[in-house]
Amino acid sequence: MNTDEPLWEVFIRSNQGLDHKHMGSLHAADAQMAIENARDVYTRRMEGVSIWVVESKNIHSSNPDEASSLYDPANDKIYRHPTFYNLPDELKHM
Amino acid sequence: MAEDQLQKVFDDKVAQEIKIEPKDWMPDAYRKTLMRQISQHAHSEIVGMLPEANWITRAPSLRRKATLLAKVQDEAGHGLYLYAAAETLGISREEMVDQLLSGKAKYSSIFNYPTLTWADIGAIGWLVDGAAIMNQVPLCRSSYGPYARAMIRVCKEESFHQRQGFEILLTLCRGSEKQKEMAQDALKRWWWPSLMMFGPNGNDSPHTAQSMKWKIKRFTNDELRQKFVDICKEQADILGLTIPDAKLKWNEERSHYDFGEINWDEFWNVVKGKGPCNKERLAARVSAHENGEWVREAAMAHAEKRSPKSSRGGL
Repeated sequence: MNTDEPLWEVFIRSNQGLDHKHMGSLHAADAQMAIENARDVYTRRMEGVSIWVVESKNIHSSNPDEASSLYDPANDKIYRHPTFYNLPDELKHM
Repeated sequence: MAEDQLQKVFDDKVAQEIKIEPKDWMPDAYRKTLMRQISQHAHSEIVGMLPEANWITRAPSLRRKATLLAKVQDEAGHGLYLYAAAETLGISREEMVDQLLSGKAKYSSIFNYPTLTWADIGAIGWLVDGAAIMNQVPLCRSSYGPYARAMIRVCKEESFHQRQGFEILLTLCRGSEKQKEMAQDALKRWWWPSLMMFGPNGNDSPHTAQSMKWKIKRFTNDELRQKFVDICKEQADILGLTIPDAKLKWNEERSHYDFGEINWDEFWNVVKGKGPCNKERLAARVSAHENGEWVREAAMAHAEKRSPKSSRGGL
């Protein structure tokens, strides 16, 4: 029998009100065991109040080779930032 | 992109301190070096549990037992962080475990020395974890993202390891004459192997120059060893213990301690498998792996039976 356990990505919410953040990965036979392992591996010092696990094969990612076509177009659109606009100093609360 | 262009993109990133991430192009030799280094590091954490586990049931108080258990559990965790980081390079967990169990992969030689007395647990925390921290802090800035991130977590957790070790020795040194002797004996046996943890001298270290160019390593073995000696001498004075090196002496001109020559024959002997505990350590790992086989099988069978999908899905 194949005993190679699948790989899981672990996301942890460190505190109520914050996003779950990627912490790392681990192997486990199923989701429940992945959560139990994640608790032991990634929250030994109160690092979390909630755990997500996602089987790594279900994560799709962008290709680093396409980084320039994906992200460079944002470079010349500085008008998307509030500091682009010239307004008088007297103007308050804006 | 052509290979030379990819190489240039890679070189530029390393030069600008931009981390290399798993899906980025990287030279084969860089990938192989990292696989070797990170998996050896992971094996060291896992084998490193054995000498200390030897004392868990015999720790002198509940407090000592709880902290030693927590430390050993941390080491298991550190091994797992590191295996996961190595896996991002395209080597499987099974492959790495096989390499360890077949004796093909190396782990830190320090764990091939025996833990004869309780004071050894103090010496390991102070010296072995101290040397490990000295090695690992610069690795938090390693050019490979997953390795650097794993090392940040490891370093955060290890500082308690060193402090608990020093506290054990401090308690012994302030105790009876016999207890202090026990601490001195532990220092005598662990000092030189700890200095060996930094690896061969500059000229004999096969990987240092290239690893420094790639910013996997930030300091040479000798630089880190010197820093370690300087710090330890002062800490030994606080304990009132004598470092077993007649040549250890402050050098005003260098602003460092001079120290004696390491017994490199002993070092290479242990690396080659002839240390006091090499066989015992590997046998313990093989037996743990074999005796765990039915658990892994049962877990997978259980998972298969319960799929498709438990009802716990969703956020």
